[in-house]
Amino acid sequence: MTPALSIDKLRVVYDDFIALKDVSLTVSQGESFGLVGESGSGKSTLLRAVAGLAPVASGTIDVAGKRLGKTRDKAFYRQVQMVFQDPYGSLHPRQTVDRLLLEPLDIHGFADTEKRIQRALDEVGLGSGFRFRYSHQLSGGQRQRVAIARALILEPSVLLLDEPTSALDASVQAEVLNLLEQVRRDRKLTFVMVSHDLGVITHMCERLMVMQGGQEVERLDAVDLATRNVAQTYTRNLLVASEGFVRDA
Amino acid sequence: MSTLLHVDDLRVSFPTRTGVVEAVRGVSFSLGQERLGIVGESGSGKSQTGRAIMGLTPQQAEIRASRLEFSGIDLLKASTAERRALRGNRIAMILQDPKYSLDPVMTIGRQIVETLRTHEKIGKSAARERALDMLAAVQIRDPKRVYDLYPHEVSGGMGQRAMIAMMLIAGPELLIADEPTSALDVTVQLDILRILDRLVIDRGMGLIFISHDLRLVSTFCDRVIVMYAGKIVEELKASELSQAKHPYTQGLLNCMPKIGSDRHPLPVLDRQPEWLL
Repeated sequence: MTPALSIDKLRVVYDDFIALKDVSLTVSQGESFGLVGESGSGKSTLLRAVAGLAPVASGTIDVAGKRLGKTRDKAFYRQVQMVFQDPYGSLHPRQTVDRLLLEPLDIHGFADTEKRIQRALDEVGLGSGFRFRYSHQLSGGQRQRVAIARALILEPSVLLLDEPTSALDASVQAEVLNLLEQVRRDRKLTFVMVSHDLGVITHMCERLMVMQGGQEVERLDAVDLATRNVAQTYTRNLLVASEGFVRDA
Repeated sequence: MSTLLHVDDLRVSFPTRTGVVEAVRGVSFSLGQERLGIVGESGSGKSQTGRAIMGLTPQQAEIRASRLEFSGIDLLKASTAERRALRGNRIAMILQDPKYSLDPVMTIGRQIVETLRTHEKIGKSAARERALDMLAAVQIRDPKRVYDLYPHEVSGGMGQRAMIAMMLIAGPELLIADEPTSALDVTVQLDILRILDRLVIDRGMGLIFISHDLRLVSTFCDRVIVMYAGKIVEELKASELSQAKHPYTQGLLNCMPKIGSDRHPLPVLDRQPEWLL
């Protein structure tokens, strides 16, 4: 089976700063892959490079066996969609939810927009009562649901998730994570998820890559983290840090 | 243990176009030389509680309490000048994000010296020495270099250390830390907490640690207050968090994904209307 996403020696350079240093990875279809690291580790850059939002200096990206060029065509964006970290910044403040969801449908020339918008809202658990609201009339969790609906409305096969819950309260985070798992099961989606939270990543992903300074540190199965079967000191430090504060005796 | 702070039936309300919003609805606690955690979700009133003690509530808001007393001073009756003399001197506050809470057009050193010279009669060079010592105390490796840097030239962790240095330089008795590490990476988070912990112990300060992260707070503080919709729903010893009785506290603890526990779907918080009462 052709992998859903295959990246080979990808390098991203901003002026003279190398944000991503020859990172390779393969994600098979229907898999959920996690990227973990601190700020500046290049984990978001990797996602953005796939989405065409970061300048690729060298290396290749294949989506479902098809090599991506410098520009992405329309078909690519039907196939791959992204959900961003901050639901306060990623929704147009002067567009209603209806308008927000209509735009991608319009661009891609879908006919039965009415039904699709209805269905997309139902799917993320918002219902039609939210359809004509503005984003400032929604809570953070509701906004992130709209962002997920907007990504799903084009029926993509790959979803790029950039810290989708880190701006949300813990209880709301649980709801959004459950929603994401639900849609992944229903639609057999492939996830590539970025988070700084090891707990979230092991919950959502089967495999993950730990990154630091634009490079791969270690590649693990989620089970390895649970059993503390890690090779690198950096990963171990992350694990310790995720357990909270320990007072030195 | 002497009691530093008494808060009795504190209420903070904001008049808005659509009526009065009560952000804090009758919060009571007292604090000695200990670490107290206040935990809650956004909108639970935890930050407004801290701000009311600090005297940073916006003017249009109304503060009521049957008692709000800091080491014998009635904070509700204190004049603006008296409050100002307390603020930064005997009560200090660390804010969430050093990117927004440090002055962007002033070097880090100057900001620290400004705090010090506002509250103490001290010469310029002596103040500089104190500031450098303080920067060293928050484990900044090269204090002389950092002293002359602007906030945008340092990392988040370094900025937060600078803020802690600024807040502690006047030797406060009470420190309010409002999400001091939420904007930082997990590994840096622990460094900052370790510094904070040592300074609080060494100087015998009272600490109010405000956070949304129940697990972090319970590993750091002695006592935890859990707030929901402007009220305290539960108060417990940090070590006894796992025996929390209120369903809200239990729900908050439960809904976090943990490494090594396989729960699909995650339990979600089932908010009961009676929690609001």
